[in-house]
Amino acid sequence: MLLWRRLAGLGSGRAPRRLRTAPGQAQTQTQTQPQAEGPGPGRTGDGDGALRPLYMDVQATTPLDPRVLDSMLPYLTAYYGNPHSRTHAYGWESEAAMEKARRQVADLIGADSREIIFTSGATESNNMAIKGVARFYKSRKKHIITTQTEHKCVLDSCRSLETEGFRITYLPVKNNGLIDLKELEAAFQPDTSLVSVMTVNNEIGVKQPIHDIGEICRERKVFFHTDAAQAIGKIPMDVNDMKIDLMSISGHKIYGPKGVGALYVRRRPRVRLEPLQSGGGQERGLRSGTVPTPLAVGLGAACEVAQQEMEYDHKRVSQLAERLVTKIMSEVPDVVMNGDREHRYPGCINLSFAYVEGESLLMALKDVALSSGSACTSASLEPSYVLRAIGTDEDLAHSSIRFGIGRFTTEEEVDYTVQKCIQHVKRLREMSPLWEMVQDGIDLKSIKWTQH
Amino acid sequence: MAASSRAQVLRLYRALLRESQRFSGYNYRTYAIRRIRDAFRENKNIKDSEKIEELVNKAKANLEVIRRQVTIGQLYSTQKLVIESPGNT
Repeated sequence: MLLWRRLAGLGSGRAPRRLRTAPGQAQTQTQTQPQAEGPGPGRTGDGDGALRPLYMDVQATTPLDPRVLDSMLPYLTAYYGNPHSRTHAYGWESEAAMEKARRQVADLIGADSREIIFTSGATESNNMAIKGVARFYKSRKKHIITTQTEHKCVLDSCRSLETEGFRITYLPVKNNGLIDLKELEAAFQPDTSLVSVMTVNNEIGVKQPIHDIGEICRERKVFFHTDAAQAIGKIPMDVNDMKIDLMSISGHKIYGPKGVGALYVRRRPRVRLEPLQSGGGQERGLRSGTVPTPLAVGLGAACEVAQQEMEYDHKRVSQLAERLVTKIMSEVPDVVMNGDREHRYPGCINLSFAYVEGESLLMALKDVALSSGSACTSASLEPSYVLRAIGTDEDLAHSSIRFGIGRFTTEEEVDYTVQKCIQHVKRLREMSPLWEMVQDGIDLKSIKWTQH
Repeated sequence: MAASSRAQVLRLYRALLRESQRFSGYNYRTYAIRRIRDAFRENKNIKDSEKIEELVNKAKANLEVIRRQVTIGQLYSTQKLVIESPGNT
């Protein structure tokens, strides 16, 4: 039966797929040449031995949880109706699924389902929240407060608002990555319309004091927006408890699909937004466009699974993070953890290895998928602006690596990563003349480098 | 169907673990096995038969999910990870 299916696949001209089972099971394979170019199914090369690296970059994106994929597939196959079609069963069943997903997202954050707007991701949500609120209230309010460590999309939205005549205050952060609440209070002006501070930073993992910020904003009747993409489903979030008025949610950071996110927009007291996207008035008129049912269903399922697994995952991730950091720091000297030790999400660990170049360490650790900063800034050669904002020395900023531990990370993967990391750091330091000088007791900051 | 007996629960447990072994993806496979073991261990002292019934139904539903996802994973499988070698999980 399996052989027939594979032969039928060959007949249609697609790349043949090899059925693989877990090791220990009987392998039924036909040795056909893979036709497809590049990575993908059918390219399993037992012969070429190209084993895949371990994935330790969960802040960049996460794999789909199998339960999430399972919930999405019916809407990618049989139930393909447009949820906004009012006149037939295809539309109704699709709408029912979309509304169920909306409830699941709302339940995770303690909101009402009418307060959830589906978007294409946290970047769109951030754009909508910041530009939308700013522009709606622009006749009387022209000031926005944010921080220097926000995600690029927040900073860029603010920058574009500046060209429209708004004033933005970019709050600095302390060396531990947290904002100073006194500075925040001092930054308020009579015409401040919005404060935007991300809950958990994607590069260094620090957790801002959202409760306190929410209090401060509520007192002054200023809207509080938070980019919770990295926090949702990992730490408990409650929009009423934390006095949050707008919240951005990303699907692919919580084991959901890419291409979907949500924006929480408070109804009591009502937050008004000028919509970015015009059209048929879907999503309360705030975000026109057909809601992608399979993606929304995936986001909802991811939120529900996250809610159920939050405690279990958090405990495991904390244990693994502790293991990773302790092992590395005990074996290798001159390692700095960027960001506050206490107020953080444990699964995002940013370490700077002094006297080692970050890029060369990443290249050396080719068997582990890691990153030295956020994916969205990795194209440029500059060190991360987040590390610069927390006052990291230029040379340390270039030597930083971000380790991500998630739901599916195993102890073995952590141990392997640690072992390889220690091995390569030691090796690279051996080759470094700077390290040699440090070992000899020379203070690098006292060296006068000559010009050539 | 009789109220969930100890034997039935154990049968389910074994079926879940057996099915999870067939995941071709290392991370899914290890997660499923670990999560199933931990979940059953966590609930092993529950006495309320209604609660047990609820949990058994949840487990049955999860078994179906695992079955489907194992098949899909096998259709779209790829190379092993660097730490997978004969003898490892």
